[in-house]
Amino acid sequence: MRLRIYYPVLATAALIVALHLVLASADATYYMTQVTMSAYYALVVIGLCLLMGYAGQASLGHAGFFAIGGYTSAVLTTFNLTPYSKTPLIAQCQSLGLTMQWKDLYGAEILSFTPWVAFGAALLLTGLIALVIGASVIRLKGHYLAMATLGFGLIVYRIALGTPVLGRADGVSNVPPFHLLGSLQVNGRAPFRVQNYYIAWIVVLIAMVLALNLVHSRVGRALRSIHENEEAAHSLGVNTYRYKLAVFILSAIFAAIGGVLLTHYNGSIGPSEATVMKSVRYVAIVAVGGMANLWGAMVMGILLNFLSLRGVFGSYDDTVFGGILIVMMLFAPQGLLRVPRLRALTARLSRRSHA
Amino acid sequence: MNSVLLSTRNLHRSFGGVHAVKDVSFLVPAGAIKAVIGPNGAGKTTLFNLIAGTLTPHQGQVIFRDKPITGRKPHTVAALGIARTFQTTKLFPHMTVLENVMMGRHTRTRSGFLAGMLNAPWTWREHRQTETKARAILDELGLAAHTNETACNLPFGRQRLVEFARALATEPSLLLLDEPAAGLNIYETQELSQLILKIRDTGVTCLVVEHDMSLVMNISDEVVVLDQGQKIAEGPPAAIQRNPEVIRVYLGNDHA
Repeated sequence: MRLRIYYPVLATAALIVALHLVLASADATYYMTQVTMSAYYALVVIGLCLLMGYAGQASLGHAGFFAIGGYTSAVLTTFNLTPYSKTPLIAQCQSLGLTMQWKDLYGAEILSFTPWVAFGAALLLTGLIALVIGASVIRLKGHYLAMATLGFGLIVYRIALGTPVLGRADGVSNVPPFHLLGSLQVNGRAPFRVQNYYIAWIVVLIAMVLALNLVHSRVGRALRSIHENEEAAHSLGVNTYRYKLAVFILSAIFAAIGGVLLTHYNGSIGPSEATVMKSVRYVAIVAVGGMANLWGAMVMGILLNFLSLRGVFGSYDDTVFGGILIVMMLFAPQGLLRVPRLRALTARLSRRSHA
Repeated sequence: MNSVLLSTRNLHRSFGGVHAVKDVSFLVPAGAIKAVIGPNGAGKTTLFNLIAGTLTPHQGQVIFRDKPITGRKPHTVAALGIARTFQTTKLFPHMTVLENVMMGRHTRTRSGFLAGMLNAPWTWREHRQTETKARAILDELGLAAHTNETACNLPFGRQRLVEFARALATEPSLLLLDEPAAGLNIYETQELSQLILKIRDTGVTCLVVEHDMSLVMNISDEVVVLDQGQKIAEGPPAAIQRNPEVIRVYLGNDHA
């Protein structure tokens, strides 16, 4: 595999450090908060890019997976096990180190599962749900698949909105920080701002490396072949059903990871993370970045989410993303970065981006 | 003499009330070039689809190397060593010629999702081999000049050749060619004939659906004739040419 596919990773790493230095010198490190949040949203977009751009499958319900990840982690780390601490199951969990004792914002003593346990559970649950949903809908084509995933997203939203233990309209708050390793923790409070900026970017870059590797691998080629001509791919030995399902699950897990980390960063999650408009936003970003363009998706993911979080779009937030989607589909379905002149430029920089 | 590589037994397939393939049985000896001919609508492509797994027969069996493969999915059939080309060329249009042919190596390689994502070292060798083999085939078929071109930009005849190369890359035991000469001129058809003969000489059995009689008569060892879904004749090309039923079916009753 050509090393040159990693050059943008190094370039991005350099830019990240540069941005930090610029913000620090301008005494504007508070911008880092929104960049960090945008990075976690970008994880969803990267996974969706693999699904839509490479495997060619639509999904209008990916916010659902983000929410499943976030809510699972939120509930498991905030649900107070103290009343049950004498039961054999919980006592066993405690002795295995699966739980932690902490004080919440109001000073109450909480016994809950550790964020790592919650993280694992969130990914497992998301993977399972993606497997079940995916197995049912992945055989559908085009708009049927889009509608089925739309339905899924709506179901998740309604469950989040209506379930008491999920906090109904208020969501789940008081979510503790996620202690990763030593003193590294996913924590949105000011003292941890810079640390979390780097944590988020490292996670994004790891996701990019994994995605790039996949795209340039035998599996990546097979995924693209499915997108280009499914019947031909099938006749060449590609188990199209299984591949599409695998990418569906993978993209769901990417989204869930974003959900977990953002929830711990913000200290809360609400049903607004599971709305249709959020799903539309992710699709619009993939479209603008270029359907089969991972870097485009990442860049647009960070940029557009940052602008949205800064309030640049005001109350027209949803309008903007909906509008972007329409405009993209009409004028540049391959994405902005696929426009001919830019194409020639990128082609010269890297002779063949996939091989 | 030769063992039987593929046989179909009483294959039936209908669409609605139309019997596309009706009670078709024939054998393909290993190492042979066997042609399937018949008027349009005779069921030739349906027959291919039944063998390759795109369609499931309503009755009957497909036996490959003495094992039934009836109703197996296309990707399984491909993994068993049966490759096919299509009546309308199905290349991967926005992938390069090289990538198209590299896809042909899919059944002969193994790296999966995890190994792919981690860019595991053991995948590097496999990737190199895939690329080398693909380039070798492109070279053999005279397509080396087009290696990095986007597939959809190639002229039609070359695109057909790329699909050929891609099928060959799977190292098949049986090659199903669906009207390979369609749209080719006389010279291209002659080159194609030579190519099919060369491929057969490397040990690949070929089952060819064709309308071009010169190609059929020149290179086939045996011919099967279908009409309205049924087999009406089978035998060496010379015998088929003189068969009154065949003549009637192609040229009408006046000529029988």
